Amino acid sequence: LMEEMIFFFFQAEDGIRDFCLSRGLGDVYKRQVVSTQSTWGFEFRFNKREVKRATMDYVEELNKIMRKTKGEEEENLDLLLKETPLIKFEWAPMRDPSMLIPQLKSAKGPEKRIADFLRGTTTLGFRFQGGIIIAVDSRASMGSFISDESVRKILEINSELLGTMAGGAADCQYWERYLGMLCRLYHLRNGHKVSVAAASKILANILYQYRGYGLSVGTMIAGWDRNGPSLYLLDGEGLRIKGDVFSVGSGSTFAYGVLDSHYRKDLTVEEAVDLGVRAIYHATHRDAGSGGVCRVYHIHERGWTKIHEGLDVNALHWKYAEEKGATSSVSR
Amino acid sequence: MSYDKAITVFSPNGQLLQVEYAMEAVNKGYCCVAVRGKDCIALGIEKATVSKLQDSRTLQKVLLIDENTCIAFAGLNADARILANMARVEAQSYRLSYEDAPTVDYIARYISSCQQKFTQKGGARPFGLSNFICGFDQLSRPRLFQTEPSGFCTEWKANAIGRNSKQVREFLEKNFAPDLNREDTLRLVTRALLESVEANTKNVDIAIISTEDRRVQFLGESDLQKAIDYVISLKK
Repeated sequence: LMEEMIFFFFQAEDGIRDFCLSRGLGDVYKRQVVSTQSTWGFEFRFNKREVKRATMDYVEELNKIMRKTKGEEEENLDLLLKETPLIKFEWAPMRDPSMLIPQLKSAKGPEKRIADFLRGTTTLGFRFQGGIIIAVDSRASMGSFISDESVRKILEINSELLGTMAGGAADCQYWERYLGMLCRLYHLRNGHKVSVAAASKILANILYQYRGYGLSVGTMIAGWDRNGPSLYLLDGEGLRIKGDVFSVGSGSTFAYGVLDSHYRKDLTVEEAVDLGVRAIYHATHRDAGSGGVCRVYHIHERGWTKIHEGLDVNALHWKYAEEKGATSSVSR
Repeated sequence: MSYDKAITVFSPNGQLLQVEYAMEAVNKGYCCVAVRGKDCIALGIEKATVSKLQDSRTLQKVLLIDENTCIAFAGLNADARILANMARVEAQSYRLSYEDAPTVDYIARYISSCQQKFTQKGGARPFGLSNFICGFDQLSRPRLFQTEPSGFCTEWKANAIGRNSKQVREFLEKNFAPDLNREDTLRLVTRALLESVEANTKNVDIAIISTEDRRVQFLGESDLQKAIDYVISLKK
């Protein structure tokens, strides 16, 4: 019973959630709910007894968090129990559901950290003479549970623009697809392709609009336009900065270490790809939130090319260990 | 008069009479000629007669929209001020959203869609203006667009609007050559304008914008006199 409900709805406390229709607000939404308020999306039928139990558990938990008065609690329960056995996704049962996250964040107790997601990932991008290299890992984690080792953290916005994904998968995927739509509209209206500066500005303005609503986005927008290759770092607070070397995620500190030590503007394409792979590998080696495979894309004058679909970082480990001569004390 | 009643409605034979009347207002306005050269656009403007007590600087016929783009108009002066202001706000909004200057075709499309909106609005009349929108595109090529009260927007190599525009256009059709240099473009514009206007520095203004220097430059008194004298000499 419970399992079926969770199945539809991946939630991850931290890092990447894969293919999730909602924003995944952590434990609050762990179980499905029979709701009085109608919402958008999904409906499926369960038997009445299961639903009642689920409802009561949910309400109990929610009430603890929301600290409702006794009278309200009972009222809610009555209403919920009267409902037919239809399950819908619903808003937080408060007067203004969009204020759930800000209220949680301003709470005093442990519930303050329910919506704080560690970005268990490593994504990096750097600009050099041959264009831009984007390299990412592919691990999705829910705390110490690895939920997926094959996530795609590079989003092909259109044939000239790439976006990376760190933070909430749903947020990144949805808004970067939306950006793709706006870029296409721009091209149709104006007869020329949108510049990387404009595209990143459009997305940054959208993210700024939703500031404080709990969007979890740490993305890099990269592309090659009239002004050459450009790389921008954007985040859910509305940040937008242009730069040559960026890394985002829990493994970013490790990736920066490797990147900053070996980065040169005049790298060849092969050297740059190798540097990206190495930086991701080292991040996945030391950071528990990163792993899986390393994917690499190269942005050049004619758009982007997928260089590596997925390099297994475990295989890379042994490859580099041999290069370093560091295999003697370890048995395979 | 209720504000939700449309003024611009179709006549039985399919015309928008208010738009046609607006065109009449344009055709009564002072003449304006524009010619596109290889890397510049020259504008010839008939100056309104200024009374002695008036400060002629306030009679602006060439309005700057953005660093890249300016407009010259024929028709109602006040309407031009309002329309230019709307275009200026849009240009800055574009810069804020896209971090780039808007191209001349974007501005032209915006101005013409503004003009079109007012042909479908309740309680308002169309703008009594035809505009020349001069500027540079993505690849820094000079482009010349014309809009009309109906909201129609077209690109031109050379054209005239306002009084006697038909005459001047015919002259341009006979004498236009593509990719003229700065000097020749200025000469052509002066000759075209003087087909309609009396040859006198008090009646005429010539302006030019070029790829290197995107600012609108008016010819000074002496250069203007030289240009006029050259045209007069040709006629003899």
